[in-house]
Amino acid sequence: MTALTFQPIEARPAPNKTEGLLAWIKINLFDGPITGLLTVLIGGALLYLIPQFLSWAIFRAAWAPNYDACRVDGVGACWGVVTEKYRFILFGRYPFEEQWRPLVATLLLLGLLVASCMRTFWHAWLAVLWVAVLSVFFMLMYGNVLGLAKVETDRWGGLPLTLLLASLSMVMAFPIAMVVALGRRSTLPAIRTVSTLYVELIRGVPLISVLFMASFMFPLFMPEGVTIDVLIRVLVGITLFAAAYMAEVIRGGLQAIPKGQIEAAATLGLSYWQTQRKIVLPQALAMVVPSIMNNFIGLFKDTSLVTIVSLYELTGALSLALNSDANWRPFKIEGYLFIALIYFAFCFSMSRYSMWVEKQVNKGKAR
Amino acid sequence: MTQKAPPKKTSWSWRSQAVRGLIYQVIAIGLVLLALWWLAANTMHNMQVRGIQSGFDFLKSPAGFDIGESLYAFDSAQPYWQAFLVGLTNTLRVAIIGIILTTVLGTLLGVGRFSRNALVRGLCYAYVEFFRNVPVLLQLLMWYLLFTEVLPAAQEAWTLGPLFLSKGGLSFPIPIWAAGHLWAFFGILAGIAVAFVYRRWAFKQFEATGRLKSVFWVPLAIIVGLGFVGWLAGGAPAEFNSPVKGDFSIENGGSLTPEFLSVLIGLTVYTAAFVAEVVRAGIQSVARGQGEAAAALGLAQGQTMKLVMLPQALRVIIPPMTNQFLNLTKNSSLAVAIGYPDVVSIANTALNQTGRAVECIAIVMLVYLTTSLTTSLLMNWYNNRSAIKER
Repeated sequence: MTALTFQPIEARPAPNKTEGLLAWIKINLFDGPITGLLTVLIGGALLYLIPQFLSWAIFRAAWAPNYDACRVDGVGACWGVVTEKYRFILFGRYPFEEQWRPLVATLLLLGLLVASCMRTFWHAWLAVLWVAVLSVFFMLMYGNVLGLAKVETDRWGGLPLTLLLASLSMVMAFPIAMVVALGRRSTLPAIRTVSTLYVELIRGVPLISVLFMASFMFPLFMPEGVTIDVLIRVLVGITLFAAAYMAEVIRGGLQAIPKGQIEAAATLGLSYWQTQRKIVLPQALAMVVPSIMNNFIGLFKDTSLVTIVSLYELTGALSLALNSDANWRPFKIEGYLFIALIYFAFCFSMSRYSMWVEKQVNKGKAR
Repeated sequence: MTQKAPPKKTSWSWRSQAVRGLIYQVIAIGLVLLALWWLAANTMHNMQVRGIQSGFDFLKSPAGFDIGESLYAFDSAQPYWQAFLVGLTNTLRVAIIGIILTTVLGTLLGVGRFSRNALVRGLCYAYVEFFRNVPVLLQLLMWYLLFTEVLPAAQEAWTLGPLFLSKGGLSFPIPIWAAGHLWAFFGILAGIAVAFVYRRWAFKQFEATGRLKSVFWVPLAIIVGLGFVGWLAGGAPAEFNSPVKGDFSIENGGSLTPEFLSVLIGLTVYTAAFVAEVVRAGIQSVARGQGEAAAALGLAQGQTMKLVMLPQALRVIIPPMTNQFLNLTKNSSLAVAIGYPDVVSIANTALNQTGRAVECIAIVMLVYLTTSLTTSLLMNWYNNRSAIKER
């Protein structure tokens, strides 16, 4: 028997570098033949398309509010349509000399929305602030007080209308949604059925049919002689619509509360409403804040539908501005891109914010 | 001796939870009924005062308007109910094709977010963020504008082989119906039957021997092959009705209108962004260890995806996916903004002509409620099939 001698095997080579720019490129762009081929194909297409787009959108674009300059051969995008019509697009048919009012009102509402997103403002007086700002908003827009000329709601339009429809219907939908969500989880069969019917009926039909109902059928619902402004009718329609969706989101949060929490509350002798108010809702609502934000983003986008029932918010104001003007009508696509950018800026920042909130909410759970 | 539970006491006092519950319910139902009665009474009264006729009898009178596109012939002398039927088929057509295309595009985009290629990842991310943050109505309007403004007139249509793309829409050749096609159809039917038998046999073999034969490609080949044989047996008819450039428009062949195309593309592109997020979340929800364990067992990458990752991801994906399908169907109502004759657009025209707002809106709501409920039923059934089977 031969004695076994220790034979060291050769040392393995050091692992490949995985940090730094070159290593990142190798791993993420040229890792194998298929990945490499894709990189070359997509990269080539991007290198071809992006300069063309930039040249169209920036370098060859006409910026002056002059439609003759846009019709010269070789000119790219005609941003003149925006520089010429931006006030009509942003404020709709609001009287031209008075447009400082919607501007101030919009800025106030925007400030309020931003403030509501910040943690330092999460106090009870935020509700008072909302009421105050909304009253100032209506005062500024409607006028008829403090020497401001009266402006009927059918002349409101553009961005302030979009913001108003989205935020006000959201705020009004919230309490309805909470009650309906609790109702759907109630032990009382009649209340459960009514809540479920409401949610399923609304969620089963498109918003446009609710809006048609608000504009055509609502006048029939009211007692004789009572007429309600079209803006209010649409607001009610959107609110009822948003409430059904939000109720489902809140119900999701309620379902995620462990049963032990409710049992513990019962052991402590809390009543149904005390349990909901002090134990269940605070936990459930914190959990669903990101989903509510996503709901709000959807609502913000959905306000564009009111243009179909003749309220001229951002989308409607653009059509109104360009359809009546044959000189600028050929450049509608630039106008669409402009308002698409506005919508994108709002929705994208809100979705980023929603992600941030989600992180904040889950901080306690992350270990 | 087991102890018996004490007998249930029913007392009619305010302190009894059951009694209070009953009272609350009676009050709630009463309030709802009162509100409904008030609305209905107001409506009846208003309609009487304004002389608005009510009832669904108008459905039988001639519609008096033409519809731009329909699956079957429709002219203005036909009654309203047929006009609504045309609208319904148009809605369903755009919704069903849209759902199929959206599923494909959205799944590709969602899986693309996990690509090893940074460019693919980035592109998928950019797509999702761009298209879901712009209102769908705006997107539809933009697509329609592109179709009607940017595309050339019919005389200078873009041509790609037998396809023509112009302001008039997309024209394509369609096969001319011949008896031989019936044979091909029978061939496909026979193929499906044979494929079904083969699949059962293959699974029996798998259970007996543990060797899994191909259960997708072989049946597919059987179906296609038998269909081809049937087509040959029928005399191999290969005549096409191809579109040709006329003086003012593209003539002959099948065609899709720009309205249909903008609604379809707009809805697909928009909803695919949401489906991509749903698919991404589903795949992310499968624990990392599952894939690693599958690799440790020696499963190939494709097998890991098919046998381990996807079945688990599907459970998370299906419910939100149902919502997206429903959203797409409901969003197809926006077609009214660009003049595609879907059911909302027809109802809108009928409403303006007859003034019967209540009836027309009720029909629209009924149509969407039925489609929504049917879709949720189907998807719930599928969801139950793929849910975890617990003891």
